[in-house]
Amino acid sequence: MQMIMPAFAAVIVIFALVRRVPVFDSFVLGARDGLRTLYQIAPAILGLMFAVSLLRSSGAIEVLCGFLAPAAKAVGFPVEVVPMAMLRPVSGGGSTALLISVFEDCGPDSFAGRVASILAGSSETTFYATAMYFGCVGVKKTRHTLVAAVAADLTAMVLSAVLTRIFFG
Amino acid sequence: MNVIWSVFVLLSVICAVALGNTENLSKAFVDSAADAVQLLLTLAGVMCLWSGLMKIAERSGLNALVARLFSPALRRLFPRLERDSAAFEAISMNISANLLGLGNTATPLGLRAMKELHRLDGGDTASDEMVIFVVMNTASLQLMPTTLGMLRGTYGSAAPFEILAPVWISSACALTVALVIAVTGNRIAAHRRERICR
Repeated sequence: MQMIMPAFAAVIVIFALVRRVPVFDSFVLGARDGLRTLYQIAPAILGLMFAVSLLRSSGAIEVLCGFLAPAAKAVGFPVEVVPMAMLRPVSGGGSTALLISVFEDCGPDSFAGRVASILAGSSETTFYATAMYFGCVGVKKTRHTLVAAVAADLTAMVLSAVLTRIFFG
Repeated sequence: MNVIWSVFVLLSVICAVALGNTENLSKAFVDSAADAVQLLLTLAGVMCLWSGLMKIAERSGLNALVARLFSPALRRLFPRLERDSAAFEAISMNISANLLGLGNTATPLGLRAMKELHRLDGGDTASDEMVIFVVMNTASLQLMPTTLGMLRGTYGSAAPFEILAPVWISSACALTVALVIAVTGNRIAAHRRERICR
């Protein structure tokens, strides 16, 4: 697993050399895109991290977790990850801010940290994507799209806790 | 989002007053902005690095190659579409870009795919193909969760990518569930239409 990222990078570079693509020029062009993306998302991330940090320092998140703890415990889901799981389908930036707060409170290698990581890696901002794609063509009746998409999110939620137990016992 | 953000801020202030945590709260006002900037700077490096690498992949035609690789599977999901239609091409390129984590490339391709699908059967109701396509885009297809790995590393994980295998399993299961429901829904609708025609 440690070698997977370097190996991925090597495959990309070798493939590009075979196809005679100007490797470094392309890299610079892409890196500029990356910087532009970051510039675009930075204000939202900052605003959301601010809001989440207020939630944490005021004790509001503990109160919220207190309410949710019995239900979360019953299904074996770490209560620290519940706020992130709830925000995940709605807002990418918001759930990233909450993911970071789980990392800060529990550490990324804790049970909660791993569950949060797996959930973040296996779900998407469902409502945002649905609204964007259907909105762009003016489709209003989305039929069973949301049922299917939300079922996928719930599957990812359940599995993130189950798989953490299986893989990291 | 406007509502959620306002709720977060107001709820925090109310809770802080009620629980007597106002001192922590005012400290958070100052610290959070600095923390956010620090995180964004850390993110900037990795994001540039990966966008750069992925640009190389894109220009060398890796995206098109992966799209071709997955087109047999996609043809089964979209049986009504012609193999070389603009809609099918946009769909397979979008899915492939999602797999490779090319977010900036995937979105415009996805919007083009939706427009092509809408040209086939217009109106304000989603077609079978649209349901399947959007559902695939609400599932996480990305093979290399680079931002996630970077965040885990930044916050002190001993092995940032140890979550890779469970992430793949969880993503695959979630996608399967979504597709089964989408396809079943489409079949039920087709049955109903048949019955009405008779």
